[in-house]
Amino acid sequence: MTLAELNKGEKAVIEDLVTDSVPLKLIEMGCLPGNAIELVQLAPFKDPMYLNVNGAHLAIRRETAHNIYIKKLAS
Amino acid sequence: MSKRINVALIGNPNTGKTSVFNLLTGLTQKTGNYPGITVEKKEGICSLPKGAKAHIIDLPGTYSLNASSLDENLVIELLLNKNDKDYPDLAVVVADVENLKRNLLLFTQIKDLGIPSLLVINMSDRMLRKGISIDVEKMELALQTKIALVSTRKKTGIDNLKNMIANHRKLSSTSCLDFTQIDSAYFESLQKTFPNQSVYKLWLVITQDVNFANINRNSITQTEGTHTRSASFLKRLQQRETIKRYQFINQVLKSSYNVNMEEATDFRSRLDRVLTHKFWGYVIFFVILLTIFQAIFDWSSYPMDTIDSAFVSLSESAKTQLPSWFVPKLIAEGIIPGIGGVVIFIPQIAILFVFISLLEESGYMSRVVFMMDRVLRRYGLSGKSVVPLISGTACAIPAIMATRNIENWKERLITILVTPFTTCSARLPVYLILIALVVPDTRVLGANLQGLVLMGLYLLGFVMAIGAAQVMNKLLKMPYPNTFVVEMPNYRLPLLRNVLITVYDKTKSFVLEAGKIILAISVLLWVMASNGPGANFKNAESIVTQTTQLTGEALEQKIVAHKLENSYLGLVGKTIEPTIRPLGYDWKIGIAIVSSFAAREVFVGTLATIYNVGTDEEDTIKNRMAAEIKPNGQPMFDLPTGMSLMIFYAFAMQCMSTLAIVRKETNSWKWPMIQLVAMTAIAYLAAFVTYRILLYI
Repeated sequence: MTLAELNKGEKAVIEDLVTDSVPLKLIEMGCLPGNAIELVQLAPFKDPMYLNVNGAHLAIRRETAHNIYIKKLAS
Repeated sequence: MSKRINVALIGNPNTGKTSVFNLLTGLTQKTGNYPGITVEKKEGICSLPKGAKAHIIDLPGTYSLNASSLDENLVIELLLNKNDKDYPDLAVVVADVENLKRNLLLFTQIKDLGIPSLLVINMSDRMLRKGISIDVEKMELALQTKIALVSTRKKTGIDNLKNMIANHRKLSSTSCLDFTQIDSAYFESLQKTFPNQSVYKLWLVITQDVNFANINRNSITQTEGTHTRSASFLKRLQQRETIKRYQFINQVLKSSYNVNMEEATDFRSRLDRVLTHKFWGYVIFFVILLTIFQAIFDWSSYPMDTIDSAFVSLSESAKTQLPSWFVPKLIAEGIIPGIGGVVIFIPQIAILFVFISLLEESGYMSRVVFMMDRVLRRYGLSGKSVVPLISGTACAIPAIMATRNIENWKERLITILVTPFTTCSARLPVYLILIALVVPDTRVLGANLQGLVLMGLYLLGFVMAIGAAQVMNKLLKMPYPNTFVVEMPNYRLPLLRNVLITVYDKTKSFVLEAGKIILAISVLLWVMASNGPGANFKNAESIVTQTTQLTGEALEQKIVAHKLENSYLGLVGKTIEPTIRPLGYDWKIGIAIVSSFAAREVFVGTLATIYNVGTDEEDTIKNRMAAEIKPNGQPMFDLPTGMSLMIFYAFAMQCMSTLAIVRKETNSWKWPMIQLVAMTAIAYLAAFVTYRILLYI
């Protein structure tokens, strides 16, 4: 599944990402395979998404989230 | 005596880098621009132990050496150019104790450049509360550096840091990353082709679009054959590089850093739940904006009254004390009222900057960016356009510079084009004096009516900006990648010292910049108003005396008015009067509009100068404007004319500096010219409609 399918409050682990479509800045902020990710908050219309990636708090657009593959963790 | 050393302060945004800078340099700091570009350059002098001195440069905040903006480019260019006079002998990398892992990424990059580096871990006062413990010695060993634990809030650790800076020669400059681990074939061949250069520098030159003084970019790409490598190959290597760096950092932190995550996020998540709430988040944001605008009006009235009367008595005593020849007269009648027209707005501008820096420092601004992104995207803007649009209420120039972190060119361009519609502080003088003249000072539903009108004008500016954005969004056809990454920093209580320094700095530069223009223009205006062509001006006294029966004071005033009308200034005003008459203005207002073409705030100063020329009694600018009458006996500044003027200033592009900055940021004259023509046309039409409607009500 992709990050776009994650619900608010859920946690996951990043498995893979489409390198060409994910900004380098996001990668450098810790959005890398193997790292934990949590959906903290959603803005109205579920976009943008407020994430906690590996301890770093950041927001990205839903469109970018389609390019990040994750494995959901049981809560 | 040892030579003064250059120290570069480098760090991620939101690490308190500027607080460290403020503590090191105090009030020796000065803000300027890098030559040729408009990135703000902050530098200062720091006194070290044993009488040594360090020249400290506060570089723009950056997440990494892989630049994605003009500000970040600048950091790399300085760090790659050994011939630059500011090239650092020492890099001080500032990190936040709670985001150490991510902050260390930049540190490893700096260290790989071979620049002696030391690490500042800031906000160490929060360690206990957040359940963080650090083994400094182990971490120093693992990173091959010196570490200063600092709390800018509690002002601890600064002396220790100064000692470390003084002993910078003992610092190691070994690198953290072995590039052959990323792709041995690629990086070994790169090193073989350029045996005298550091691999990391070469790699940066290949991947970044920077000017690099020592190595010619083309020679690398051609010799090495990099131009045949696809962008996606390079990006995969960059990703692998980042992974390797994080592996290294994780190794370092495993032995020396411990955190209890549960305690760390409680407060921020509770606050986030409220401040970014789907409904209450927006209500809170609106209430904050309302409070700001009420404060600007209500809090500033006392200091403004004081300043106003001080300038009146200053001008009066200048008139009576100074001899009556050219220069003293110019000072008393031209310069003092002109300058008074700017100084009086210092309280408002300062209050505005206080609020803006509070919003930024507290971390709240990022939440607004998050909440507004989806809404603004519909109009071709980005959530990050919120920062320019809000700080545009202070001044469009820093606001347009603040668009640099918007990733998409289309969203950035539209933001640049519409930001001048937001009500900047230069419009405040015009609004305030006109509101005071035409809007009654009563209370409606407990709120000051004049404050509400002002709030309405601010809203009008925002609405116009959004509307214009939507039009541009429809007109501009350009594909762009839909990227958007924004950090959501921790909430922090703003440091009073930082807020005060920012407010002082910005207010000072506003007053100096505006003051220069106003000084020049008021001198020119006064000279033009005090001289005139032909006999009509020279013989004003006899002409007026012959044509009227008036005596005493009334006769004096008539003579003064006749002189002004026939002066050079009067002629200019008379010439343009037909074009502005439909908007409800006379030739005196016309002069004020023309002279404020370069900068809006000149408007009030000009009227002050015009109404002051040749008269003896002193009065406030407001009272003089209130005393002006139309030919039909009505006050000149009645509701239709006053509102029409405010609407004109709300939309017109009356600011040379903004046009210049748009030229720089878009790198073409096309966009500023479109702005100028379109905004002036909109302003003229809107003012016309406003005047006509109010005239018939």
